[in-house]
Parts: sequence; structure tokens; C-alpha cells
Amino acid sequence: MSLVADNKSAVTQTLLDQLQSKSSKVAFMPDAEIISAIRYLEDKGIPNNKHEDYKYCNIEAVLRKEFKSVEQAFNELTNSDIAPLKIDEAINLVVVNGVYSEELSEKMIVKGLTVKSLNELSSTEKALLCSQAKSDTDALIALNTTFSANGLFLQIDKNNIIPMPLHVIYVNSGSANIVTNTRSFINVQANAQATLIESFYNIGSAKVFSNFVGEKFVGENAKLTCHTFQNEGALSYSVNTNQVKINKYSNYSNTTMTLSGELVRNNHNVVLADSNCEAHLNGLFISSGTQQIDNHTLIDHQMPHCESNELYKGIAKDKSAGTFNGKIFVRKDAQKTNAYQSSKNILMSDDATINTKPQLEIYADDVKCSHGTSTGKIDTEALFYLKARGIGEESARKLLLQAFAQELIDKIEIPSLQERVLHLFEKAL
Amino acid sequence: MISIKNLHASIGDKEILRGINLEVKAGEIHAIMGPNGSGKSTLSSVLAGREDYDVTEGEVTFNGKNLLDLSTEDRAREGLFLAFQYPIEIPGVSNINFLRTALNEIRAYHGQEEMAAKDFLALVKEKSKLVELDAKLASRSVNEGFSGGEKKRNEIFQMAMLNPKLAILDETDSGLDIDALRIVATGVNKLKSKDNATIVITHYQRLLDYIVPDFVHILYKGRIVKSGGKELALEMEAKGYDEIKKEFEIAD
Repeated sequence: MSLVADNKSAVTQTLLDQLQSKSSKVAFMPDAEIISAIRYLEDKGIPNNKHEDYKYCNIEAVLRKEFKSVEQAFNELTNSDIAPLKIDEAINLVVVNGVYSEELSEKMIVKGLTVKSLNELSSTEKALLCSQAKSDTDALIALNTTFSANGLFLQIDKNNIIPMPLHVIYVNSGSANIVTNTRSFINVQANAQATLIESFYNIGSAKVFSNFVGEKFVGENAKLTCHTFQNEGALSYSVNTNQVKINKYSNYSNTTMTLSGELVRNNHNVVLADSNCEAHLNGLFISSGTQQIDNHTLIDHQMPHCESNELYKGIAKDKSAGTFNGKIFVRKDAQKTNAYQSSKNILMSDDATINTKPQLEIYADDVKCSHGTSTGKIDTEALFYLKARGIGEESARKLLLQAFAQELIDKIEIPSLQERVLHLFEKAL
Repeated sequence: MISIKNLHASIGDKEILRGINLEVKAGEIHAIMGPNGSGKSTLSSVLAGREDYDVTEGEVTFNGKNLLDLSTEDRAREGLFLAFQYPIEIPGVSNINFLRTALNEIRAYHGQEEMAAKDFLALVKEKSKLVELDAKLASRSVNEGFSGGEKKRNEIFQMAMLNPKLAILDETDSGLDIDALRIVATGVNKLKSKDNATIVITHYQRLLDYIVPDFVHILYKGRIVKSGGKELALEMEAKGYDEIKKEFEIAD
């Protein structure tokens, strides 16, 4: 199969050629999805700033500038590489350059828990792949589907509660420029509950373009509590797409903590597919240098009596930039919807930029929806008050920024993860 | 303690202080009274180091140091304390953490070691009693959701914790009912010693029934136009500021 992208996008063509020459065929993805993905890529190419959703996040430019040649020089990792990334109170599972590593993952037999790589899926499990993340909706999903590495499948069988957090460590590592297409599927069946931590790292010496797609399905009356921890460093350019579908009486929450990364683009899309379910999306980032952190969320209320809450905060230092784009759909049938969204940001320098854009599209008439956004400098009155008590300028600033972030840090219910976030956050201030 | 000579200060093009002279010695309580807009709060803001004001003339010596050369935080570390007229709410910063940070930065400035957690908590317990501040308020966010009276008591609690040499109480009586006023005043009186001094800025004589001043100064249009003993405050209360206004009308 030859991949021919639109002539308009030489970047897309180069990338496809390079990846194709270095990848083996993806056997576990449905053929129809791969065909549809390739068509989509041919048609649309990799998004640049002319695409509405990528206006502030020009992925094409990043690939043109930083990934002219993709070496795919992957590093092998050992237990000693992974040990510092683990979280003590969790079951630690490891995905290296997109490939689930049974060898580096902790082996524990937990009732109702299935952990396997994508090429080991049964035919029913295989049918789930691409059920949430459709190739014909987004070029990065299409790219991931076409070149997906042998990622991770996690399932919590119905009626099971996993007693400890599951920690998936997604780590990239290359010795020369690499592009990774990491894929995972988390299936929480009816009446099941789990807490999930997904951590993203780059421990190589080379630049990484990381294109992650996570599909998550939360069954009836099930609960999935997620924490996304991103600390990929200055050599990383990553797009993380989470495509989530939640069902009747279910509860889904995610808190994304972004502590570093040259470019981090998070697409967190949640479909509330049936009545009486709730979704909570939270995020905190701190950026410095020339970093760019983008959080895009899409909450799709399809049925009545559901609730969604979003709280995103950002602190932009130096010449860094942040974006929050939150779209809420309330469909015709989604009466009695409660949807709230809030985005608050602090600019720490005159050269830092924040773009926020709430978008509410409401087609039902009996709903409560609100959104609020604020971007400003640090509160000078509060700063003066602290200084008037003998607290130095720098500590006063830190106290206020910590206070700003605290309500999000408090949402991390896993002590050692909270400690890790707090430590890195304080260091980044 | 503090010596203010010919202090002029303005905000933008507007001159608010037009030559203040004031000398406060250790052990003394001075009251500064005056009508609205006379410059009372500007004086306290300038002394505390608020950056909105420009000092255009004059000097202020605080314990032998040129106060105007010091940053806001260093003024506090040298022992200057301003009880705010409108204490700021700081959600997310606990009172305790705030005070521990303040106390330890002041100690570090004087080359002292950090206070042990146990000693700090004992101090919190002791000093919160002084202003009858509920121990729960100490662990809450700074002034967040506090009533007007609680905010003012919290100011005096902070003063007790930081043990300043010179405390400036800026309209501490505003918005207080009589019980809260008594509690705040009792706290201030208990903190008084021969080594520290207090400047009470107030609109009304009422507070001075509880905190009895050694000297009373009347501020009008940016100058101290009259000074006297505590009886001057009673005189002002009885006659109002109209006489002063007539006598010292300054052409703008």
C-alpha cells in the first residue's frame, strides 16, 4: 500500500514515507480503519495553523522544523531506567516507544484485571479498537491508527473494583529523532471501578514526536478516575488524544498535570452517551521558556440528566504560551444537563501568551450551562500584603502561585503522585 | 523609633502628603486623626512601602535606618507592622503557613534559625487567645470568608505573632461593633511595652477610649496642623473638623 498525501502537504508525505519505510504492518487494527485513516491523511494532511482546532498549535510546522528526518533510532530500556518513574502504591505497567513491555511491567494477579498487548486481543476485544477514536475525525488519530505500535489493552471486568491504582508509564526514548504512535484501550465494564495514572516521559537524548491515542470506555454504573502526568522535557513534542465514552450512571474524571514539554497538545474528548452520568475534567500546567501547552476539551452531552465540570488553570512564564479551548455540546435530547467550565490563567511575563476559548453549543432548552475564563497577572494587592509581613518578593510570588494551583493539586488522591507533582511544580515556579 | 521629616508624597500628579513631621519614641502611642481625604491612609501606605505612591521630598528614619530606601519586606523585617484597613483575602494560602513563612523570613533576616514547629504552634495558641481568635481560623486561608471583625482580629493576631517595634493601625476600628472593638483594643494594649510604639490612625475618638494615646495629631490636607494630648481627640469629637477646616484652609 502506497501512501500518497495531498500535494499541498509535502510535510505529510515526507513523514508518511519515513514512517512507512521503518514500520512493520499494523496487524491488529481493523483494515477498514487503516484505509479510512490513510484517506483522511491524504485529504487533510497534518494540521497547521490554518485548521481552526490547531490555530495556535501548528503541528505541521513542528514536523517540518524539528523532524525533517525521522531516524526511528529507538533505545532499549531496562528496569533501572524505569524504577525512578514508578509509583509505590500502584501496579506499574510500562509502555516503551509505544510498545507494551510485559518484561518491564509489574506482574500481579488481580481479580477482574486483564492486561495485554494489542496484538494479543481476542476478536471481541479487537472489535473495540477504533470504536471510540475514529480515523476520519482527526489527522493525528489517523496517523496513530496507521502506524500504531503494539500498545496496551487494559480491562476491568464487570463488577470488579481494583483495589490499587494502575499506573501506566508511557516512556519514549531515542538516540536520534523518533516519532512514536502509542495506542491504548482502557475498558471499564459495567459496575467496575478503577483508578488510573498515565505518566508520560522522554528519557532519551533525542527529539521525540509523540502521538498518543487513548481510547477509554466506561460502562454502565462504572467509575474511572484518571490522572495524567506529563513531564516529557524540552526534547518532546507531543499530541495526546483521549477519546472517552461513558455510559449510564457512570462517573469519569481526569486531572491532567503538565509540568514540562516543548509542545504539549492535549485533546480530551468525552462523550456522555447515556443518561445520569458525570464527567470531570481538570488540568494544571506551568510553562516556561518557549514551551507551548494546549488543552482542548470536547464534552458531548447526548442524553438527559448528566453533569460535566471542567476546571483548567495555567501559569505561563517567559515566552511560553498556553491555550484552553473547551467545547461543550448539549444535544437535543440532553435535557436537564448541568455543564460548567472554568479556565483561569496567570501570565508571569509580558512575553507570555494565553489563549482561551469557551465554546458552548446548546440544542436542548432545559439545561444549566456556564463558563468563565480569566487571564491576568499575579494579584499585586495580595503580593503587597505578604511583603508587608516580611515575606520576600520571590517567596510571596511562590506562595500565591501555589495557592492558585492548590485546588488542582488537591484533586490528586494518590499521595506519592501528589508529592511528585508538588515537587516538580515548586521547582518550576 | 521613627522620625518623619517634611514628608511629601503624591500619586500620579496629585500631591497628597505635603510636609509631614512626626517623631515617635519607644513606649509611646500616637493617634492620627483627620477628616476623609486628609492623607491618613496615604501616610500608612507610604511608610509600609506601597509602590503606588511617589515620595517627592523629605526623609523617614526608622531605628537609625533610612526607611524609604528599604523594600516593603525589609521594612517589615526591621519591625514595622501595618494593620490594614482592608485586609486582603488570599484563597489557598493558610494563615498558619503564611505566618510561619513570615516569621521565619524575619528571623532569617536577623540571622536567627527557623522556629521549631512545636514552638511555633505554641506561639499560635498563645497569641490567638489574645484576640479571642478561633483556632480554626488560624488554619483557614488568609482572611478568606472572614467577617469584618475576624479580619481585624486577624491583623492584631499577626501583629502579636510578629512582635513589631512599630505598629501602624490603619482605621482598625472601621467596621467593628463595640465587642470586637474592645477585643481588638485589649489585644493592642496587651502588646504594648516600653520598647515598642504604636501609631493609631482613626476617624473617630471611640477607639481612643480603649487605646489611650500619649499624643494626638490632626492631619488635614496632607499636613499635621495640630498636635496635643489625648484631650485633643475629645475636642475634635465634640466640635467636629469644621473649625480645623476653616482655620487651615489651604488653597489648592
